[in-house]
Amino acid sequence: MNRKEVVSLKNVSLKYYSLEGETPAVNDISLSVKEGEFIGIVGPSGCGKTTILSLIARLIKPTKGQVLVDGKLVEGPSTDVGYMLQQDHLFEWRTILQNVLLGLEIHGKVNQESRAKAERLLETYGLGEFKNHYPDQLSGGMRQRAALIRTLAVDPKILLLDEPFSALDYQTRLAISDEVSTIIRKEGKTALLVTHDISEAISMSDKVIVLTKRPATIKSIHEIRLTCEKDNPISRRQAPEFREYFNTIWKELEVHVQ
Amino acid sequence: MFNRNKIKAASKEHAMYIAKIKRKKLFIRLTQISILILFIILWELAARFKIIDAFITSQPTRIVNTLVNLHEEGTLWMHISISIIETIVGFILGTALGTAIAIVLWWSDFIAKVADPYLVVLNSLPKVALGPIIIVWIGAGPFAIITMALLVSLIVTIITVLNGFLDVSPDKIKLLKTFGATKLQILKKVILPASIPTIIAALKINVGMSWVGVIVGEFLVSKAGLGHLIVYGGQVFKLDLVMTSVFILSIAAALMYQFTTWLEKKLIKWHN
Repeated sequence: MNRKEVVSLKNVSLKYYSLEGETPAVNDISLSVKEGEFIGIVGPSGCGKTTILSLIARLIKPTKGQVLVDGKLVEGPSTDVGYMLQQDHLFEWRTILQNVLLGLEIHGKVNQESRAKAERLLETYGLGEFKNHYPDQLSGGMRQRAALIRTLAVDPKILLLDEPFSALDYQTRLAISDEVSTIIRKEGKTALLVTHDISEAISMSDKVIVLTKRPATIKSIHEIRLTCEKDNPISRRQAPEFREYFNTIWKELEVHVQ
Repeated sequence: MFNRNKIKAASKEHAMYIAKIKRKKLFIRLTQISILILFIILWELAARFKIIDAFITSQPTRIVNTLVNLHEEGTLWMHISISIIETIVGFILGTALGTAIAIVLWWSDFIAKVADPYLVVLNSLPKVALGPIIIVWIGAGPFAIITMALLVSLIVTIITVLNGFLDVSPDKIKLLKTFGATKLQILKKVILPASIPTIIAALKINVGMSWVGVIVGEFLVSKAGLGHLIVYGGQVFKLDLVMTSVFILSIAAALMYQFTTWLEKKLIKWHN
């Protein structure tokens, strides 16, 4: 299958500057993501995983190299890319529906059609009856789902997920990662997931990219092929190959506990 | 505080729990009221039995008489309303102008850094010291008093509100940036709404601050208002008048504070 390339990083490097000196965060990364792919990115903590997402979202500019989204070199953030952060950051002064409409408001695209679409998304993913609730009244899992719908409401082609489940407890995390991955696949989005949880990466992604310690470079790329009945994270975790992938990636990460 | 109408007991134990909490609240309120009543009675008795000299301490019945007299003279409401209007104007101006300046400082990091030492000095300077200058410049009248009230509350407001702005989670701002928000949109969608609790806190501080400014202003200008009554009463040794004014002042200040609490509830409806 010859799918379109939606994200491409060409020899991208990034250095952070401070008065004390410069810190290389990302070093010569080239990466290509095809339409509809789900890519997991794992790496040692503080290795610059988030930086890569910020580069794709064009919140920051690379020091060297090019970041192409949908084949174009674009300055600044655009609606093509949706970003999901570690915390849901739902605004506590807005109702769930108002939160979901935030992105559309910023683009000046709140109209009957887009509002109806947002409400439909809330309805489809089980938050319809909570649309007029305030975030305080929702559980952590529901809040993260609302945050995903807020990202989906602007209809991005690519979703960037920056450890979106790390603030949740383990059980909610399994359930919500299952839901989120189902939603993303159902909506036909391309996704890049940054996580420090190897199992999470393997269970959700088509490909797992392992990064080295800072400055981050690509150490290896694993195509994940699992034999399982249903293609959702929870059944993927049961696949016989799961352990093998886990062990390989674990070794590559060279996690040393001091 | 919770809304009484909303509470429905889920079970017998829950009803007992609610009753317990309510009893505790009632007990606190009763104790508060008793202390006040006891204080007034003791004061009155001490004055009646000449344990204290009512000429310099005044006494509750004298305060009531003074109130009645002032009312009959027809000047009571004039003095009260003058002070209250000056305070409210000073308080609104202080909060509005302070918030506006805080927005400018948030917007431009350069201006904020340049202004920083000036703000620090102005904040520690007792604004009351500027009173005579203000009167010379503006003239001895209500405008000088309002300016005084404004000055006293302005710098504190700027600093409090600006800190509130800077406390807004950088991730919330990042979220808006990922949607491609402009700086103005970040201000309107995140910074201001997230800072409403801070602005309300500033309002609450400003009630007290504006009263300080107004009373000091009235001390200096001394034409009308509660501050004038206090200073005049002190000069002619009518402590009844001083105490009465202080009494009215505490009620007016308490009412204004209650108003800000009410406003807080109205504006921050997402807190339940």
